[in-house]
Amino acid sequence: MEHGHAADIDRHVRTYVMVFVSLMVLTVVTVGIYYLHLSRPAAIALALVVATVKGALVACFFMHLISERRLVYWVLLLTVAFFFVLLFVPMLTSLLDQARV
Amino acid sequence: MEIPYTVEARPDTGLTSGKIGIWLFLASEVMLFGALFATYIMLRVGAPEWPVGASILNVPLATLNTIVLITSSVTMVMAWASLMRRDLSKARMFLWATVALGGAFMVIKAIEYNAKFEHHLYPSESTFLAIYFTLTGLHAFHVLAGMVVNAYFAGPGSRQWHTNPQWLTNRVEHAGLFWHFVDLVWIFLFPVLYLL
Repeated sequence: MEHGHAADIDRHVRTYVMVFVSLMVLTVVTVGIYYLHLSRPAAIALALVVATVKGALVACFFMHLISERRLVYWVLLLTVAFFFVLLFVPMLTSLLDQARV
Repeated sequence: MEIPYTVEARPDTGLTSGKIGIWLFLASEVMLFGALFATYIMLRVGAPEWPVGASILNVPLATLNTIVLITSSVTMVMAWASLMRRDLSKARMFLWATVALGGAFMVIKAIEYNAKFEHHLYPSESTFLAIYFTLTGLHAFHVLAGMVVNAYFAGPGSRQWHTNPQWLTNRVEHAGLFWHFVDLVWIFLFPVLYLL
C-alpha cells in the first residue's frame, strides 16, 4: 500500500478497529449457525459464506489488498485459478472413474 | 552487495522486492493448504459417513482460539501502523503482544490435542482425525514460524530502526501479511473441521 501521512494512518487504524469488531460479530454468527441445527447442506453453505466474508475482510483491510498494486492482483488471480483446478480436478477424475464403472 | 528495491518500489512493478516476494510465497502457501483442503473434500465425499466435528472436538476452545488469532491480527497491523507513525517502542509492544497471542493459541491447541490423546484419539483412529491433525498441525507449525519472525522483529531485528527505518517498516508489513494469511486459513479451518 501507499505510505501515507499521520492522518491517513489514523484513518487506517479506525478501519482496523471496525474490521476487528465485524470479525468478532461474524465469529459469533459462525458458532450461532451451528447451534441453529439447520440441515447439513444449508449449514455448510451458510458457514462457508460467513467464512468467505471474514476472509475477505482480513485480506482487503489487514493485508491491504483494497489498495494494492496491479501485479499483486494478477498473482492472486492466477493463484485462485490454480486453487480451483486443484480443488476440482481430483473430484472430476473420481466422477469419471464412477462413470466408467 | 546491497539488496535492490527494499525501500523504493521498482519502477516497472510499483512494488518493493520484499512485497512481491512475500505475495509469491503466499501464493505457494495457498496451493499447499489448497491441496489439503481438496484432500479433505475427497475424503469426506468418498466416506460412507462423516462425523460432525463438534461431536469429537472442543468447540468452545476452538472459538476462543479464533478470537485469540483475530485479536493477534489486529495487534500485528497496529505494530505496522505504529512504525508508520515513527513510534518504535509502541510497535515493539504490539509485536510482543502478537507473539504472546500466538503463544496463547499454541497453548490452547496443545490442551485440545492433549485431551484427544488422553481419550486415545490419534490420527490413526479415523479418517476424520487423520485430516484434522494434518490440517491443524500444519497450521500450528505456521503459527510457530510466524511467532519466531515476529519475535525477531520485536527483539534483535528492531535495531534496524536506527539505520534504515523504512526498510524495517516494510519488513514488518511483510511479516504481517504472512501472519494475516495464517489467520485467514484458521477462519476457514474452524467451521470446516469443528462445525460442519
